Amino acid sequence: MTQDYIRQREKRTGWMLVIPAVLLLLLVYAFPILRAFWLGFFTENLSTNLQPEFSGLENYGRMVQDGRFWQSIGNTAIFTVFSLLFELILGLIIALALDQAFRGRGLVRTIAILPWALPTALIALAWRWIFNAEYGVWNDILVRLQIIGDPVNWLGDPNWAMVSVIAADVWKTTSFVAILLLAGLQSISQDLYEAHSIDGATPWQSFRQITLPLIAPQIVIAMLFRFAQAFGIFDLIQVMTGGGPGGATEMVSIYIYATVMRYLDFGYGAALVAVTFLILILVVALAGLGLKRLQANAE
Amino acid sequence: MTTVTKPTAPTPSSTSDSSIPWKRILLWLAIAFTVIFSLAPVLWQVLTSIKTNAAITADPTVYFPGLDQLTARHYIDLFRENQFQIYIINSALVSVISTILCLALGSPAAYALARLRIPGEQLVLGAVLVVTLFPYILLFLGLLEIVRALGLANNYLALIVPYTAINLPLTILVMRSFFQQLPKDLEDSAKVDGYNTLQMLWQIVLPMTLPALVTTGILAFIFAWNEFLFALTFMTRESMKTIPVAAAQLGGTTLFEVPYGPLAASTVVGTLPLVLLVLFFQRRIVQGLTAGSVKG
Amino acid sequence: MAKLELQNLTKAYSQKIVPVKDLSLSVEDGEFLTLVGPSGCGKSTILRMIAGLDQPTEGRVLIGGKDVNPLAPGDRNIAMVFQSYALYPHMSVQQNIASGLKLRNLATGDIQKRVQDASRVLGLDPLLDRRPAKLSGGQRQRVALARALVRNPDVFLLDEPLSNLDALLREQVRADLKQIFEDQQSPVVYVTHDQTEAMTLSSKVAVLSDGYLQQLGSPNEIYKTPANRFVASFIGSPQMNIIPLERVNNAVLLGDSKVDLPTNLPAKSSVIMGIRPEHLRLPREGDHQIVQGNVFLVENLGMSDLISLRVHGDDNLTLRALLPSDATWSRENLKLALPPESIHWFDTETEARLN
Repeated sequence: MTQDYIRQREKRTGWMLVIPAVLLLLLVYAFPILRAFWLGFFTENLSTNLQPEFSGLENYGRMVQDGRFWQSIGNTAIFTVFSLLFELILGLIIALALDQAFRGRGLVRTIAILPWALPTALIALAWRWIFNAEYGVWNDILVRLQIIGDPVNWLGDPNWAMVSVIAADVWKTTSFVAILLLAGLQSISQDLYEAHSIDGATPWQSFRQITLPLIAPQIVIAMLFRFAQAFGIFDLIQVMTGGGPGGATEMVSIYIYATVMRYLDFGYGAALVAVTFLILILVVALAGLGLKRLQANAE
Repeated sequence: MTTVTKPTAPTPSSTSDSSIPWKRILLWLAIAFTVIFSLAPVLWQVLTSIKTNAAITADPTVYFPGLDQLTARHYIDLFRENQFQIYIINSALVSVISTILCLALGSPAAYALARLRIPGEQLVLGAVLVVTLFPYILLFLGLLEIVRALGLANNYLALIVPYTAINLPLTILVMRSFFQQLPKDLEDSAKVDGYNTLQMLWQIVLPMTLPALVTTGILAFIFAWNEFLFALTFMTRESMKTIPVAAAQLGGTTLFEVPYGPLAASTVVGTLPLVLLVLFFQRRIVQGLTAGSVKG
Repeated sequence: MAKLELQNLTKAYSQKIVPVKDLSLSVEDGEFLTLVGPSGCGKSTILRMIAGLDQPTEGRVLIGGKDVNPLAPGDRNIAMVFQSYALYPHMSVQQNIASGLKLRNLATGDIQKRVQDASRVLGLDPLLDRRPAKLSGGQRQRVALARALVRNPDVFLLDEPLSNLDALLREQVRADLKQIFEDQQSPVVYVTHDQTEAMTLSSKVAVLSDGYLQQLGSPNEIYKTPANRFVASFIGSPQMNIIPLERVNNAVLLGDSKVDLPTNLPAKSSVIMGIRPEHLRLPREGDHQIVQGNVFLVENLGMSDLISLRVHGDDNLTLRALLPSDATWSRENLKLALPPESIHWFDTETEARLN
């Protein structure tokens, strides 16, 4: 015997408020992804005069044989793993420092989040200039410090190019990690540390036994966000190296972009998008499970 | 989640009575590292942008240019020859409009998801949460097809619509977490007073969450201003380009004649609005980011 | 002005959580009904159902004979004062008071006049342009009241409006409230957990516990003839002495003393006796029911002393009594009289009143 006239009205209004946003999200997120899965079963490139022709799993078969694709996956994996590793270490150091009380903390905090807020494409320009082989300041510093004898062609050497783009990415996104970790640190009660030190714990023990377990959820969340962003990194690479030299820094996203925009191979590009999406979802789901476990442990 | 600044904890200098305050030294080392790490690349760019071409390519590298090595030439070139004001206007227009649209669509949705207990709420929230993780590269092909089908290439809408959408998840998550913190009595009181849901949202709830709207708006603006991939793909006509794309393409002509000075200047021009935003709204940005990801 | 009726009102969130169970009562014009009970007794849920903020699972709410169940809160012509006052922080006092009227499209002049009247009554004139953040707790409370008063509603609802005030202010505002609502003709429903508020303000009190209406009556009735053990112990301060006793013929033994039972009690082996501390007194000529014991605690309440007595003959049995502070008595072997007309008897099992 429900008499929920008012509830009914509330529900209707609620949906009215949500639907425009949902429609836009469907258009910009759901459509492209679904479309990629669909188009992945077609060949649509210059050989078909850019008309879609159904070709079943041909694109996916081609992908298995495609050395360039596997190389881009490998590059992306290396880039992602090392970026995240260094961001986590540096982000934790910065967050720990910003969690302390000192004069000028507000200013330092402002400075620390600056890299995150700046446009990646422009930052890539800045780092391209810093790593410039001829006039770059990084070479100059290292030569002056006698760490290297001769200037290094950072972006021209396949191995150093990867190091350089990782360095630039770490610079750009460490502050994001630091912000999230700082929020976690600030929610830890000071009492815990005091009680622990009365029990005779050293600061290092406190860090291991209190800080790390309590900010573990923030670490996982920050790494999850960062994983997704690093895995799809485009602008930084496109501007710094364009994927070069010789494909040494070509990430999946760069390969997809080139496939579509340079080779006009829409069908294959779509299949690449679909596979990249699946990899991403898989990792996110695993991380999500891990996060649930962590949160369950915390309770 | 609000970032309440913790009351300044008394410095725990009591534990170690040794004469060297290791903790203090470590702290200041970390702070010095943070400041240098965050600022040095930016400052180097600023310095490059005001050095003469000769000073830029001088060997040894010039760290402290003399007066004769300073110039405003690169900035003047940027606006005289490269028409940078057009890109600034494009970026500003697209970012501001998409930010406003995003707040207009996102906050009502966030309110409904926070308070109105609609069926399917969990589904929408879950989708919004997952979608924040999608890199834009997964979207650009499908969007490109839409843009082509509708003939929207080199039309502001081709950027405004996706930018609104990519900022919607964050807006919904952040605003929802703010709405949930509002005391419920106020809305009950408004209902008794006779406000319907829309009037309540417009006249009571949104004015009360103005700070949250500002926070969210700043984040949305930053993301829109910084976006590169869609701008690169959908805006091919020179007069429609946004700053990141225009700046990145400055150097593209020949490999040997790279305009280092104007490039540096364009970086400075393109980042300046954001530096100002960070300077004035640091606290809000931090608050918004943590509310969007931690509380979601 | 309209009669408020609740018919078989039930609210169930689940099989187990049923905060309101089959409640029926009515409040006439000019009546001031207080819903009182411990926290979790369902009193706020009842108020919210009257307001339309919650929907009853079963039963109806009628205002002026009209079923308002399908009406939204704003269409019921009620006014409500919240515990937190719920003032809109971004509006001035004036705008706050006028907000409900504006939505009803009243003429500006009319709105102004009503706001002026209410603000004069409540002494808000100098505050009209301020924001709520700039007001003291008492002032906010008065703005919330004014916002309700200007509406001329069919029913006033007040949800613990005094509990956020400090003790001193509370007493003063309580007196103001009484005056204000005595001039109003519309029924008032007032929710509180404070029995003093219930006793002083109301013309009718509904005592609630565990979702059930325990007793409905005038403050006097509730105090003098509590319907059951719960009401007896909940109303009255200091709390009534409640003592389960074995029955011996037509009397009970209170330690060494014998207390006669009234003649009309059903024949059961045990019974609960209740007597208020203020009704125990030093014996006078003619008192024949006397209890004797040693005082082990004296609490000075100013006008009177609250003493705790261990009864002779049963070390586990204690009684509390309120004695005038100017009286003289000894701590050892103190005798107290139990006037038969002040003793309440309750059934041991049903806990219902017997006499």
